[in-house]
Amino acid sequence: MADAGMLRFHVPEPEVRPGGTPDFSNVTIPKAGSVPRPGIDVDPRTIRDMAFSIIRVLNRNGEAVGPWAGLLSDDELLEGLRHMMTLRSFDARMQMAQRQGKTSFYMQHLGEEAVSCAFRKALAPGDMNFPTYRQAGLLIADGYPMVTMMNQIYSNEADPLKGRQLPIMYSSKEHGFFSISGNLATQYIQAVGWAMASAISNDSRIAAAWIGDGSTAESDFHAALVFASTYKAPVVLNVVNNQWAISTFQGIARGGSGTFAARGLGFGIPSLRVDGNDYLAVHAVAKWAAERARSNLGPTLVEYVTYRVGAHSSSDDPSAYRPKAESDAWPLGDPVVRLKNHLIQRGVWSDERHAQAEAEILETVIAAQRQAERHGTLHAGGKPSARDMFEGVYAEMPPHLRRQRQQAGV
Amino acid sequence: MPRRTMIEAIRDAMDVSMARDERVIVYGEDVGFFGGVFRCTQGLQAKYGKSRCFDAPISEAGIVGSAIGMAAYGLKPCVEVQFADYVYPAYDQIVSEAARLRYRSNGDFTCPIVVRMPTGGGIFGGQTHSQSPEALFTHVSGLKVVVPSNPHDAKGLLISAIEDPDPVIFLEPKRLYNGPFDGHHDRPVTPWSKHELGEVAEGHYTVPLGKAVIRRPGAAVTVLAYGTMVYVAEAAAAETGIDAEIIDLRTLLPLDLDTIVASVKKTGRCVVVHEATLTSGFGAELSALVQENCFYHLEAPVARVAGWDTPYPHAQEWDYFPGPARLGRALLETMEA
Repeated sequence: MADAGMLRFHVPEPEVRPGGTPDFSNVTIPKAGSVPRPGIDVDPRTIRDMAFSIIRVLNRNGEAVGPWAGLLSDDELLEGLRHMMTLRSFDARMQMAQRQGKTSFYMQHLGEEAVSCAFRKALAPGDMNFPTYRQAGLLIADGYPMVTMMNQIYSNEADPLKGRQLPIMYSSKEHGFFSISGNLATQYIQAVGWAMASAISNDSRIAAAWIGDGSTAESDFHAALVFASTYKAPVVLNVVNNQWAISTFQGIARGGSGTFAARGLGFGIPSLRVDGNDYLAVHAVAKWAAERARSNLGPTLVEYVTYRVGAHSSSDDPSAYRPKAESDAWPLGDPVVRLKNHLIQRGVWSDERHAQAEAEILETVIAAQRQAERHGTLHAGGKPSARDMFEGVYAEMPPHLRRQRQQAGV
Repeated sequence: MPRRTMIEAIRDAMDVSMARDERVIVYGEDVGFFGGVFRCTQGLQAKYGKSRCFDAPISEAGIVGSAIGMAAYGLKPCVEVQFADYVYPAYDQIVSEAARLRYRSNGDFTCPIVVRMPTGGGIFGGQTHSQSPEALFTHVSGLKVVVPSNPHDAKGLLISAIEDPDPVIFLEPKRLYNGPFDGHHDRPVTPWSKHELGEVAEGHYTVPLGKAVIRRPGAAVTVLAYGTMVYVAEAAAAETGIDAEIIDLRTLLPLDLDTIVASVKKTGRCVVVHEATLTSGFGAELSALVQENCFYHLEAPVARVAGWDTPYPHAQEWDYFPGPARLGRALLETMEA
């Protein structure tokens, strides 16, 4: 036993800081195909170890192996690859548009494309996502018009949110994408409430809650797990562990719990961990959790192990807090490259076709951008009316807002 | 017409609403089987089942946050926070989410929820069973804020709140649950059965949000009050003999400015009274509005009588609570000014 003298204060630190050599030797990566696939009605107590492992399908050679493989056809996988490439291309163009002053702000998904793109394909029409600001793949994979996304980012005259929202805070009920809020974790418990409502209404639709590793420290995360557990709400509780919350490494939020998935265990919620850069694994686990929810078996917590390759946002410089080449050392690689290699290995894709697709996608994104910019950008061209500022605070405008609108002269 | 307590009127409002619209869902801490610590939801679970009225974990953020999700789905949750003093863990959900959802999504999602909470002092509730946090909500665009003062209004306003398409903070002065209270703590309390505003019609009726009512017409001075202070104002007027016009605001946001301005232009004097602490309280907003809109009609400065700028104490209950003596002095000073 240690000497019970002076207490010492503990503050976790990441393994490496700028200037150091990236080191992920502490991240245990199980072999692809090594984690079993239980039935959806499994007794949660018997799969507690899954919260400490990582479900993976694609191996080093790009082969799909193990019990979680084999759910998707070639066409579905090719479509998935296209979605991820589209999101990446979209991100790059919008990041550049921010640098050009066409918008005030942007947040990329670089390295995390598989998580939202693959998850979306595991849902059914009518299901509702409660996303954070880093799940635009849910919209891309559901066919939401890219021009509309750009209109929102530009806050132009065609912005569906009338210029009221910060860029990327999309909203589309039609596409099962709940209105994004700047306040972290708030949507996590709302997703549970939506799921409770679906159960109360004897509906068949389910909800998906989204949160990042850092935001799991918010109290709404706890509230969501309690409510989901108590009422067996039909919800998939997603935690995207990209290792970083702005400059704060995931160990600050995780503390001594081992994994974020393990947080679910104390609530009696089956909790899985999955390779977030493995499109097939993400989809298979999402489908498992969605089926559980839809079968009235209750919530599932899923931790996606991934890495935030890009800066936190267009206002962030990660070289101030982590090694520049850290993403290259990330042991789970790049989700686009890994799916590409798998499709090549399956004989349905090639480097040439990939390069060609990349060029085509870029052209589509540029065409959409041109179309959006015809409606204006943040500081140029068409913009929402100042009258719109006063609308929608309430269903009906109360007298004091009418007076203020008059004072504003709009 | 049957006379009911405010508790019974509030329960009746939920009963009527649940019977009319199956989307109305009632939940909160101890709200289900037990029927609420103040009995406001008694019998609702037995009548409508556990999926319409149920007990919630002790998590105000969870209660309000889940209600917002339910509203986004299409239900109409009417949830309870056991005491207004305990609403703060849900403040983020109310301010950042419920109030903003329609605006930030341009109507793609809306939030027709009601958050009921017992408010106010005068019951030896001490620091955490006596607060009046209404100003924390009237400062939030997108919310509606209601404070009933009697059983008739409580039922009609709550039905309106449940049917309203926007989020409503519904503050119930718990001091008025069983009978009107004018601040004379040394006298026996009269029950609602002895008061004409205890008359509560059966079935469905509404009292519109955003409309004040004149409780006592008068010519000398306008008193702006809500909740328990309506009865304190009536007592102060009777005891000073001042012909005060007492306005029961009923809805603080949106505010019925027209009724206020018409009255002050007539009387030329105005006293604002509330239990909540003075500084940055809702009285400051009322005072500013009266000054802006009635400046050339004012014969005296607008006076404010409020709780002191201290946490709500226990032993000093009646030194803190703005009773008829304090309000009476303010009325006399305003008349002499």
